[in-house]
Amino acid sequence: MRLLNRTAGRLSRHRRGPLAGLAVLLLGLVISGSLYTVFSPAQADSQPSETEQVAKGKELFLASCSFCHGQNGEGVPTVRDGYQLGPSLVGVGAAAVDFQVGTGRMPMAQPGQQVQRKPPVFNDEEVAALAAYVASLGPGPAIPNESDYSIDDLSEEERQEAISRGGQIFLTNCTACHNFNGAGGAMPRGGYAPSLHGVEPKYIFEAMLTGPQQMPNFSNGNLSPDEKRDVIAYLGSLEETPEYAGFTLGGLGPVSEGLFAWVVGIGGLVGAAVWIASHTTRSKKSKVNA
Amino acid sequence: MSNDNSSTPEHPVNAPDGTPVPYDTHVPTHREAEPIADPGLPAHTWRPTDVDPKAEKRAERQIAAMFIAAMVFAVLFVVAYFTFEVGDNWDTFAGLGASTISLGLTLGLSLLLIGTGIIHLARKLMADHEIVEMRHPASSPQEDRDLTVKALNDGLDEAGIGRRPLVRNTMLGAVAVLGLPAVVLLRDLAPGNALDVKKLGNTIWEPGMRLVRDVVGTPIRADEIEMGDLVNAAPEAMFPTEENGYPELEGAEEQAEKAKGAIIIVRMDPEEITPLAGREKWTVDGILVYSKICTHVGCPISLYERTTHHVLCPCHQSTFDLADHAKVVFGPAARPLPQLPIAVDDEGYLVAQSDFTEPIGASFWEREKL
Repeated sequence: MRLLNRTAGRLSRHRRGPLAGLAVLLLGLVISGSLYTVFSPAQADSQPSETEQVAKGKELFLASCSFCHGQNGEGVPTVRDGYQLGPSLVGVGAAAVDFQVGTGRMPMAQPGQQVQRKPPVFNDEEVAALAAYVASLGPGPAIPNESDYSIDDLSEEERQEAISRGGQIFLTNCTACHNFNGAGGAMPRGGYAPSLHGVEPKYIFEAMLTGPQQMPNFSNGNLSPDEKRDVIAYLGSLEETPEYAGFTLGGLGPVSEGLFAWVVGIGGLVGAAVWIASHTTRSKKSKVNA
Repeated sequence: MSNDNSSTPEHPVNAPDGTPVPYDTHVPTHREAEPIADPGLPAHTWRPTDVDPKAEKRAERQIAAMFIAAMVFAVLFVVAYFTFEVGDNWDTFAGLGASTISLGLTLGLSLLLIGTGIIHLARKLMADHEIVEMRHPASSPQEDRDLTVKALNDGLDEAGIGRRPLVRNTMLGAVAVLGLPAVVLLRDLAPGNALDVKKLGNTIWEPGMRLVRDVVGTPIRADEIEMGDLVNAAPEAMFPTEENGYPELEGAEEQAEKAKGAIIIVRMDPEEITPLAGREKWTVDGILVYSKICTHVGCPISLYERTTHHVLCPCHQSTFDLADHAKVVFGPAARPLPQLPIAVDDEGYLVAQSDFTEPIGASFWEREKL
C-alpha cells in the first residue's frame, strides 16, 4: 500500500506540470490512431467494388476466354453432338476460376488430353476479376479463405490428429489416382493425375472443391471443409517429414525402384563381372626363371 | 612346373626374348592322332607386377589399403549405430534418416572394399599361369555302382516286402491315410467359418442401412452430393455407435465385412445414365452406388474419371462404365460391378434398399448357384 501511495504521490506531483496536457493529448492520439489501424479494414478505398471487378472480369473474359467458353460463358458446342469446345462456366464458381487461371492451366495453350500447369498468364488482380465475373454467372463454390485450409490455429495435439485423420482420408479417397505419396500417376488415354508435392494448399482445396478436368468432385457435402483441411495438413506433413529410410526415387513405387534395380543394380553387377574377367595389363618383359 | 621341353616336342613356344616357356605338366603328352594338330597354349606373358618389384610393392600396398579401409568402415558402422538417434527423435541428414544412410554406406563400403581387395589381389599378385586340366568321367566307377545296387536289393530281400504284399499294401495305406488328419487340420486354419460359401453370396448391407463416408463414418444426405462427386463409402454397420445400435465387429469378421461392403457413390446427370430394365428405381436423382470391389480378382477401385464416368482398376486395367450400369468396357473383368439399390430415408439420408442382388468381387466355383 505504501508503494502505491508513493507512486500516486509522485504522479500527482507531475500532473500539473506545464507539459502534462501535451503529453496526455499525444498519448491519446497515438492510442486511437493505432487502434484504428488495427481494427479498420485495410486499404478500404483501394479495393475495387464488386461491380467494378465483374465489369473488368467481363472485359478480360471476352478477350481471352470467350472463344471457347462463349461470350456469356455458356460454352461452345462443336459439330459433334455432345462434345464441346469449351464447357459452360455457369455455376462453376470463383474457386474453379481461381484454380484454373491461378495455376496457369487456363487459358489453354493447345487442346489435348490434359491441360497442363504452366506459369499463370494473369496477375492476381486479373484472376480475382475473372473469378468475380464467372461467379456472377451462377452460384458456385467461392474461393476458400486461408482459415479453411490452415492448421496454424490448432494446438499441437489437434494438428497431429488432423494429420493422421487426413492421412486416412487421403489413402481412401485420393491415392487411387494421386499415388500413396501424392506423387501423381498415369490415367487412361494419356491423361495423368498431377503430383501434389509443392502445390499451394489453396489450389489443393479448390481442386477438391471443383474437380478440375477428369477429377471427381470432393464437394463440401462429400468431404467437409475440416476433412479437406486435414488432407492438406497430411500432404504438408509428407513434405516436411524426412525420408528416414533413404532415397524415395520419386515415391513412384515399383516403377522407379525397378528401373533403379535393373539399371544401377544389375548394371553394376555386370560391370563388376566384366572387371573380374577382364585381362590384366601385360608386360613385355619376361620373368627370369629362378 | 617343369622346364622340360620334351613335353611339347612339336611346337616349342618361346618368349619374346627367346627363352623357352614351360608348359604345365598337366598337359597330356600323348594325344590321339588329330586331323589338325593341337597348337597348344600361347606363350604366357607376364604382368608388370610379376617382373617389376616396384609394381608388385605398389599393388601390395593398394590391396592392404583396401582391407584397412574396410576395417575403418566396419568400425564406423558401429560408431554410427550408437551415435545416430532413431525412433521418436530421428537424426536427419539432408532430408534423409542419418542412421539408415550411414549404416548402409559404411557396411556396404566395408563389404565392397573386402571384395575389391580380393579381386585386386587375384588380378595383380596371385599366380595366373594358364593350366589345362583334362575332364574326368562324371559317373562313379562301374564296380561302385554294382555294389550299391546289390546292397539295395539285398536290403529289400531281407525286409521281405516284395514277398509279402499284405505288409507292403497295408504300410502304403497307413501312410496314405495319415493325409486325412493333415487335411482336416489345414481346413480349420481358415478363419471363422469362411468355408461357408453362402457367406460369399451376401454382404452386411440390409434394407434401410445408411450409407456412411469411409474413415469418418458420417451418414450422407442425398442433397449433399453434387454432380461429379465421388464418395468412398461404407455400410453404417462398420461404424457401430450406441445411437445406431449395430453390433461391434472384431478381427477377421470385421475385415471381411469391411472389404465386402465397400462402395463408391457417384452422381451424374440423370440423362447420361443408360437405362436398364428393372433398375429404374435403384438410383436417387442421378446418384449411383456400386461395389468398390473389382469383379476380376477383387482389388478395391476408385480411380474414377468424372468426364467419362469410367472407373479403372489399377491392378489389371479393367474399366467399368458407371453411366451404363458399370459394364466392362476394357480389361479382364468378366462382369459389371454389382449395383447397390438405394433410397432416401425420412431424414434425407441415403439408405440401401437391400443387399447387393448378386455376389460381389471375384468369381468362385459356386457363384452361379448363390
